Amino acid sequence: MADLLRRDGRGVHPDRDFPAYKSTALRHPKRPLVPLHDPETELTAPFLGSGPIGPVDADLTAQHAGAPLGERIVVTGQVRDGNGTPLAGQLVEVWQANASGRYAQAEDAHDAPLDPNFTGVGRCLTDEHGTYRFTTVKPGPYPWRNHDKAWRPAHIHFSLFGTAFAARLITQMYFPGDPLFPYDPVMHSVTDAAARERMVAAFDLDATVDQWATGYRWDIVLRGPERTVFETDLPSDGEG
Amino acid sequence: MATQVQGQEQIPSQGGHQEPSERRSQALTPGQTVGPFYGFALPYEHGPVIVPGGALHVHGTVFDGAGEPVPDALIEVLQADPQGRVGGLFGRCSTAPAGRFSFTTVRPGATSDGCAPHLAVMVHARGLLLQLHTRMYFPDEPRNAHDPVLAKVPDDRRHTLIAVADQDGLRFDIRLQGDGETGEGETVFFDV
Repeated sequence: MADLLRRDGRGVHPDRDFPAYKSTALRHPKRPLVPLHDPETELTAPFLGSGPIGPVDADLTAQHAGAPLGERIVVTGQVRDGNGTPLAGQLVEVWQANASGRYAQAEDAHDAPLDPNFTGVGRCLTDEHGTYRFTTVKPGPYPWRNHDKAWRPAHIHFSLFGTAFAARLITQMYFPGDPLFPYDPVMHSVTDAAARERMVAAFDLDATVDQWATGYRWDIVLRGPERTVFETDLPSDGEG
Repeated sequence: MATQVQGQEQIPSQGGHQEPSERRSQALTPGQTVGPFYGFALPYEHGPVIVPGGALHVHGTVFDGAGEPVPDALIEVLQADPQGRVGGLFGRCSTAPAGRFSFTTVRPGATSDGCAPHLAVMVHARGLLLQLHTRMYFPDEPRNAHDPVLAKVPDDRRHTLIAVADQDGLRFDIRLQGDGETGEGETVFFDV
């Protein structure tokens, strides 16, 4: 049986019924969720055999013949669980708009140029310290139709699996100081200000590469096991 | 004019490195919607083929609260192998362009927690701010009667978790939101 997951702290996630984000209106359950305690399947992490991951998968600026337009950046951080344990070997998937705010997906009708040298999809595995690292360009903000003059703040989408299906996280990383924050209902669906801060990366001089790219650091914390068993917790021998 | 969602407060950025002394009980990173444009990124070629050549074909449609198909959802499945071992069998399928998904797989064995054979099913979608967990159980499965998860589901809602046999295999439709005040017909989703 897999480790049970901590159940505390999940209140940071958005309420699925969030009227300011209009598309939630018909897509949130009305009935209360049914408790699912200690389920073996959901407490297991999927083994992801989606093929080998090469260096170019983590360098979104090197996937085409030429360099993409835009501000070259490094985005790095640690993936750990809520007990502070670094998560090594974790698949991290990212996707984003290009520097003009346009996704390389046919359905994106935003009148901004596509970049033939930028797809905007990356993935990597965290190293032994739980660290991931991508090279990319800073995505542009883009308009959507949620309300009048609706623009999403620039963001990179992240997908993580953690140590259990129930620890799965899909989220978005934002950039510090974006003036669009106060107007964005997706970000504000996280109602706790401190929790919103945890979706915002920090400019990081250590991650900055001289003459090449500015650096951003963004750590990600996933649900972790209920308790960590330390040696001192184990029963001692021979004591009555 | 655009209105602010909440006050004008500036959101400071994430702090620097964590000190070792802070490495207990850390606050979780919140989730956000998968958004509309993940179709060029997350689906992969063999995502809907959990087991190549598998005899089980599971398919369905995701519906919203108006009964309309949801063409921008992403379904992920985790299931046990025929021996009941969980972990190796994972699938991913987009519902583009018509709200439909399908998986080729094998019938799972029972896991050791006493549950009847099932598929753990996760839904991501535009307009869904946080993923939803549900399960697909098998029709004509006597072990369903003793399943500890199904036992906690109200009688009148249990049918939403049980697939229906049809000419294409097993159909498992997912209704994100039911009708009326009471959400009639809504798929059971789990607090995991």
